[in-house]
Amino acid sequence: MRISCPLCGERPLDEFIYRGDATVTRPDKEAPMEQWVEYVYLRDNPKGIHREHWRHAQGCGSWLIVERNTVTHEITQVSETRPTQDAQT
Amino acid sequence: MKYSITSLVKQALQGHKGWPEAFRHPAPKKHYDVVIIGGGGHGLATAYYLAKNHGITNVAVVEKGWIGSGNVGRNTTIVRSNYLLNSEIPLLEWSLKLWEGLSEDLNYNVMFSQRGVLDIFHTDGQRDEAVRRGNAMIVNGVDAEMLDRQQVLEMMPMVDENNGRFPVLGGLLQPRAGNARHDAVVWGYARGADQMGVDIIQNCEVTGISRGPNGEATGVETSRGRIGAGKVAVAVAGHTSQVMDMAGIKLPVESHKLQAFVSEAVKPCINTVATFGVGHLYVSQSDKGGLVFGGMVDGYNSFAQRGNLPIVEDVAEAMMMFLPTLGRVRLLRHWAGVVDMTMDGSPLICKTPIEGLYLSGGWNYTGFKAIPGAAWCFAHTVANDAPHDFNAPFHLDRFAQGRPVDATGGGPFPNHH
Ligand SMILES: Cc1cc2nc3c(=O)[nH]c(=O)nc-3n(C[C@H](O)[C@H](O)[C@H](O)COP(=O)(O)OP(=O)(O)OC[C@H]3O[C@@H](n4cnc5c(N)ncnc54)[C@H](O)[C@@H]3O)c2cc1C
Ligand SMILES: [Zn+2]
Repeated sequence: MRISCPLCGERPLDEFIYRGDATVTRPDKEAPMEQWVEYVYLRDNPKGIHREHWRHAQGCGSWLIVERNTVTHEITQVSETRPTQDAQT
Repeated sequence: MKYSITSLVKQALQGHKGWPEAFRHPAPKKHYDVVIIGGGGHGLATAYYLAKNHGITNVAVVEKGWIGSGNVGRNTTIVRSNYLLNSEIPLLEWSLKLWEGLSEDLNYNVMFSQRGVLDIFHTDGQRDEAVRRGNAMIVNGVDAEMLDRQQVLEMMPMVDENNGRFPVLGGLLQPRAGNARHDAVVWGYARGADQMGVDIIQNCEVTGISRGPNGEATGVETSRGRIGAGKVAVAVAGHTSQVMDMAGIKLPVESHKLQAFVSEAVKPCINTVATFGVGHLYVSQSDKGGLVFGGMVDGYNSFAQRGNLPIVEDVAEAMMMFLPTLGRVRLLRHWAGVVDMTMDGSPLICKTPIEGLYLSGGWNYTGFKAIPGAAWCFAHTVANDAPHDFNAPFHLDRFAQGRPVDATGGGPFPNHH
């Protein structure tokens, strides 16, 4: 598996660290318990396309959203979590 | 047929042509008291204990491939009960006790070999941790011995004792731990369950869980038609999320893959299971001479039953630090299994929010050793509709209730366990 960092180009997997499911979002502070339990613990764990966070730790350090097939490991999309000014122009 | 010295001699004289098949291959019936999804170690052993301990014999084990094709046939066969928490030790120690009598109980040689598990440590912090764990074991009546540096080197003469960074300081040994033959465990339980009337149905994939008027589980939809059931018990290891999703239940589980490695056969050189405290590495030697070893999970969601090179490199590096004399030994085979990692690293053996639906899963990379004990408890849970004391801590609701069983303190990150 290799990941194409939008800033650095294609790099081997061991430059990156996995940072978990990118589809979970932090609930509101006042949200009921069940939403917090779901956020902290429960996961869809799809067999197929998965949106996930990876960090280019041994490279530019950016946080990325990677769309990857968990069966074939094919990566269909990589984007920055917060695109920089440069990347947008 | 009972296997014995007499039956062996008799068959030998007839050229081994008269052995009967170890179990039947029946077509699924319309209805069973209990349908177990998953013909791995846990599914088959649960069927065995349901029949043996609870007299529930109208049972089917439904397996999508062939029995033993999942993790039970892919693991590195380590059996131990050197756990830390008071909530974990009773279950795993009960399992180890069952292992000690398993070959006799099943009338099938599972080749359980109590060669010991030796966790070697290399820093003061690791020694403190080992003392703490050893004490927790002893307090719970489990065997544990602290070895000093000299004793470790006597047991494991090949360890690089003085590599500067990671000198050997000592080790924590559980003498009663060891290895077993994983395929034999599958076949032994399958044969034992079959002899008591359990139907083992292979090449039959469960695609849905049917529900009654009040939402209760009433059977399974399969690639070979619908099978009705009084109760449905799930034991599908890596696919726990997918099968439970059929009943609309979302779990604190992610599937990751774990790799295993076997070298070419060499002369006997390691007679225990040794772990390297610095990296995540463990190694033992099979009866055929191959070195069996492994490391960490790959650490990101995956259903691919094959490995990835960064872990191969990682494991090879750790091996060179730990046992550098093995540097020229060639790798023979390497594969991966899909493991269902939970958010606290501990299993789920429980009733579910759905009436008549039971779950044993979330085995992470530690479920082989647990097969006898956990299946014994799971059968108890299914038969009595209530957990045994040993598996009560492993309920799904522990996450919502804020009492996870988190031995490593890794927090709600499956790849930290
Ligand atoms: C490389 C590796 C090394 C390991 N090392 C150890 C070790 O040293 N010690 C230890 O204690 N544990 C170890 N483990 C963990 C251990 O192997 C597992 O926790 C344990 O085997 C899981 O339980 P099981 O045997 O029932 O699972 P499996 O054997 O995976 O059984 C589940 C079965 O369910 C079937 N199934 C799935 N979905 C369906 C469906 N829809 N319909 C019908 N059937 C279905 C699968 O085909 C499979 O046969 C290791 C795991 C791996 C991968
Ligand atoms: Zn980068």
